[in-house]
Amino acid sequence: MRKFSALRLLREGLRRQRGWGAQWRSPKLQSDYEAVIIGGGGHGLGAAYYLAREHGMRRIAVLEKGWIGGGNTGRNTTIIRSNYLYEQSAALYDHSVKLWEHLSQVLNYNVMFSQRGVLMLAHTVHDVQSFKRHVHANRANGVDNEWLTPAQAKAFCPPLNIEANMRYPVLGAALQRRGGTARHDAVAWGYARAADALGVDIIQNCEVIGIGQDPTGAVSGVATTRGNISTRKIGVAAAGHTSVIMDMAGVRLPLESYPLQALVSEPVKPVFPCVVMSNTIHAYISQSDKGELVIGAGTDAYTSYTQRGGLHVNTHTLEAICELFPQFRRLRMLRNWGGIVDVTPDRSPIIARTPVPGLYVNCGWGTGGFKATPGAAHLFAWTIARDEPHPINAPFSIERFRDGRLIDEAAAAAVAH
Amino acid sequence: MLLIHCPYCGERPEIEFSYGGQAHLARPANPQELSDQDWADYLYMRRNRKGVHAERWRHVHGCARFFNALRDTSSDQILATYRIGEPQPKLGAGGPAAP
Repeated sequence: MRKFSALRLLREGLRRQRGWGAQWRSPKLQSDYEAVIIGGGGHGLGAAYYLAREHGMRRIAVLEKGWIGGGNTGRNTTIIRSNYLYEQSAALYDHSVKLWEHLSQVLNYNVMFSQRGVLMLAHTVHDVQSFKRHVHANRANGVDNEWLTPAQAKAFCPPLNIEANMRYPVLGAALQRRGGTARHDAVAWGYARAADALGVDIIQNCEVIGIGQDPTGAVSGVATTRGNISTRKIGVAAAGHTSVIMDMAGVRLPLESYPLQALVSEPVKPVFPCVVMSNTIHAYISQSDKGELVIGAGTDAYTSYTQRGGLHVNTHTLEAICELFPQFRRLRMLRNWGGIVDVTPDRSPIIARTPVPGLYVNCGWGTGGFKATPGAAHLFAWTIARDEPHPINAPFSIERFRDGRLIDEAAAAAVAH
Repeated sequence: MLLIHCPYCGERPEIEFSYGGQAHLARPANPQELSDQDWADYLYMRRNRKGVHAERWRHVHGCARFFNALRDTSSDQILATYRIGEPQPKLGAGGPAAP
């Protein structure tokens, strides 16, 4: 890997930018790998990178049905935070925030991580009580979070409407200053480039059509549209399509796949300094460095694999945005799209071994997987390499549903979907 | 927005309905005798199929009645709707296989 630096920027500038070249190879699929990762999003590419860097594996393939970062990695609203209620979740998401803080340096790739603060608005007495509980729980778990009055919230985010005549007036807000955003594509590309440099084969346009098992039931290989591979370890990081892949090995998971939509406005000058989320009236918004307002809508009501959804879901969110930020009423929306998110009953993920030896799964991130990309990838690699979970992801097993040890962020979610 | 054919009221826009998840899940008659795994399977495991999916809808802003639908989750096309208690309709030859 040729490192990016100011010196190299200058040199390539003098050579008319002709020397950059491809940032990762397009290798031929081999017939045998130590480990195969299914899914070339941030979670899968990151897992391959950490397997190579921290666990000494060299012969790793990442199989991607489409193009890398083209699934939920490229379809989310890039919000990063760790202010979850339960200690297991706080440990998991904060592990990720800590990795985000150094990710650009570690990968030598600018992921544009910006800790601009995540502001969560309270509109009802219940919200106020619930968010104050979050603030206290977070601080007890070593995660920063603070309570702001409406005036303090407006000082932090000047476009915010705190008039008392709103249908759902702002009664206060919880602020995580370490939260923020990152550039989603850069996360996939940064991990791809760094993993490729460590010898990982990234195979795009390669769909998995079967998982092979030996007579003992253990994983023996993968059948793909580009040929068969033998391997003893398979890590599945396929987001909304996890159930489809796991069906091939006869493993059932407590997942349902829903469309989750997002949209962006036309680009405007910097007008929005932070991330604002509102649970009660369901809106979340930030501004990208390109200038577009990035707006997250809710999930559609029904399960689907179509990567689209109903326009009324976006309308609902835009109505809330216009109430909170009346000055955005005249903005035009530029694009909207959907991604398929795999939702668990307790809205907490699964990073675990499965009943099939050699088959591992990282799934169930539902509506909030982007923020966890580095942490989940790091813990997933650990779980695959050592055939046992890291202490942080040990509670996020499949067996927790059998044993009643749910990590119920569903009730505690920042956004109710 | 989906157009959904309520078996009682006819075709109506999706916003009149609420979604009820996978259809034909029967509560076990003998919960006390089930293992933890069987109970977890009943509570939490869903087919989440890519393809034809039998599911419940409720016409909550209309007749307020529950009914079932067959929908292809890879295209969102609703293939059939039928009343609670009626058998799942057979889909025509050449169409996607029923679950």
